[in-house]
Amino acid sequence: MSELLKVPTMADFMAEGKQPEILFWVGSAGSFDDRAKKITKAFVKILNKANVDFAVLGTEESCTGDVAKRAGNEFLFQMQAVTNIEVLNAYQIKKIVTCDPHSFNCLKNEYPSLGGQYEVLHHTQFINQLIAAGRLEGLNDTYKGKRITFHDPCYLGRANNEYDAPREVLQKTKATLTEMKRHKRTALCCGAGGGQMFKEPEKGDMDINVLRTEGALETNPDIIATGCPYCNTMMTDGVKAKEKESEVQVLDIAELIANAQGL
Amino acid sequence: MEYIPNILFAVVLFLGIGFFAKNVKKLIRNIKLGQDKAVSDNKSQRWKNMAMIALGQSKMVRRPISGFLHVVVYIGFIIINIEVLEIIIDGLAGTHRIGLSVLPQSVYGFLIGTFEVLACLVFIAVIIFWLRRNVIKIARFWKSEMTSWPKNDGNYILYFEMVLMSLFLIMNATDVQFQALNSGNVISQFMAPWFSGLSEGTLHFIERGAWWLHIVGILVFLNYLYYSKHLHILLAFPNTYYGKLQPKGQFNNLEAVTNEVKMMMDPNADPFAAPAEGAEDDVPAKFGASDVQDLNWVQLLNAYTCTECGRCTSECPANLTGKKLSPRKIMMDTRDRLEEVGKNIDANNGEFKDDGKQLLGDYITHEELWACTTCNACVEACPVSIDPLSIILEMRRYLVMEQSAAPVELNNMMTNIENNGAPWPYNQMDRLNWKDE
Repeated sequence: MSELLKVPTMADFMAEGKQPEILFWVGSAGSFDDRAKKITKAFVKILNKANVDFAVLGTEESCTGDVAKRAGNEFLFQMQAVTNIEVLNAYQIKKIVTCDPHSFNCLKNEYPSLGGQYEVLHHTQFINQLIAAGRLEGLNDTYKGKRITFHDPCYLGRANNEYDAPREVLQKTKATLTEMKRHKRTALCCGAGGGQMFKEPEKGDMDINVLRTEGALETNPDIIATGCPYCNTMMTDGVKAKEKESEVQVLDIAELIANAQGL
Repeated sequence: MEYIPNILFAVVLFLGIGFFAKNVKKLIRNIKLGQDKAVSDNKSQRWKNMAMIALGQSKMVRRPISGFLHVVVYIGFIIINIEVLEIIIDGLAGTHRIGLSVLPQSVYGFLIGTFEVLACLVFIAVIIFWLRRNVIKIARFWKSEMTSWPKNDGNYILYFEMVLMSLFLIMNATDVQFQALNSGNVISQFMAPWFSGLSEGTLHFIERGAWWLHIVGILVFLNYLYYSKHLHILLAFPNTYYGKLQPKGQFNNLEAVTNEVKMMMDPNADPFAAPAEGAEDDVPAKFGASDVQDLNWVQLLNAYTCTECGRCTSECPANLTGKKLSPRKIMMDTRDRLEEVGKNIDANNGEFKDDGKQLLGDYITHEELWACTTCNACVEACPVSIDPLSIILEMRRYLVMEQSAAPVELNNMMTNIENNGAPWPYNQMDRLNWKDE
């Protein structure tokens, strides 16, 4: 299948003297993490299917610096930001879409005052727009009647007040959406934010991702839907910890839509 | 001789308000120990936030039970305090129920009747609050930071309110003339029979006693505020006004760092250039915060505003899973340290003498700071726009940029970003490999 993926880079566009409609910011997880790479590919399939003129930076992309900033390393963050902004501005990027809410938040809110001003969308927002514009039609019945619960990523939800776009997209799969007790504004973090993804948790009674997964399992879901590569990892681990991996799948919204497109 | 009560009243009032004013000055001085922060932007949005969140209690009612009870006490507190105006005029002028001689009896009756109903409702709400804290033992009131003073403080405030409301109703119930009017005594008419066997002189004595205790109680309560978590009744207003307006996920970009980074990135910058004129007098910028003076004044205002309700802590993923971090404790520690610094300044003729202590380490441990997921649940939960996360971040910045004291795994992650542009040790040149896998 992979040979069917069209992934042009900004350098390709530049060589042809063209500008893409969007830049797809893949992010470090989306580029290197085995689980997240599947999400990246699912999103590319959607972009290909909807004939979106997009490009990636490829080897010219570097970490946004988001996690360094949250860990307290403002210096490293700004070095990354300034370097990325130079590349983005050189390509005259106007609009960025990313599957990672952390990159989304960072590019959208923290790059502007350092000289990087772009329209930034989370992939669930962009998919929602594609569907609304009629550019992505014909979802099949793969998920019809399945019970799906959506885990709000902190950096999409509370951080940027976007609770509707992912849910609107999920509605389109004709699945039954169930909400966890803690959802939207009061959604519980998966436990990966603020640099926790890269370290052992401090001493406590339990792991955050297990608590969150318990909350998700209370809704008796067939699928736990995520919108963030880190949440996906944490929830997948949580489902394994609860020994439910044969009954409950953890899938990114991009994967759900790609599957429902038969891609 | 007949002016003695008036004079006594004036003295009590003067002392009560004067002492409070002195503490308010100290409070403002302490808050100003914080770093500057520009807050003159977006005035209309700020007023709107204050109107909605503080005045309108919009975030309180997100938890319906405590929210509703709080609204009852809040409305009661504001409206019943109109009565204090009458008490002050009566006290100073030596009149009795001046309202009756300036307002039509029906209007006066309506007002006092409203106050009585509210006093009764406040009394009931406060009893329920007390039960929630002490009998039902709601978890957020029994966290480890809620022992000794913070726990007692919460209860003292409730007792104060119970006593003040009772005194107001007793004062009305034992006021023979007021009861004879039979207008406005909506609640007190049912209390009057409790005192029926007493002589008119005793009744008058009880009525005067209740009147005096009521106004003295209010003044004592006013002065108690500064020493208590209850300052929120005043500071919630400025705090919601000065609260963060940007998206919650947006953390400030440190300007001092921006300047350094710009220098490093500028190929024309002369690394050996002499500092600009006057620059040698500048104290080198300290990155992040290790003590309260490094925080900005809005963060210090946050600390004084916190009423220790614990909604933040009860939503914190770290705290919910048994970690030491409690956003409420971050705010309480910040205030405690700020008070300590303030007292130090008072004791040393207006100058801070190093006491070998600081907020980081002596109050807030590294373990607490590193347990945070920066998820903003605490910020979202706070009914008065307090931002504990911003303090956690400032202290992480200090740990990382001044002390290189991040947990080793985080240091590895950051080294990776520095070396190869990703938090994992993968080569930047492999960033697009996924496409062909």
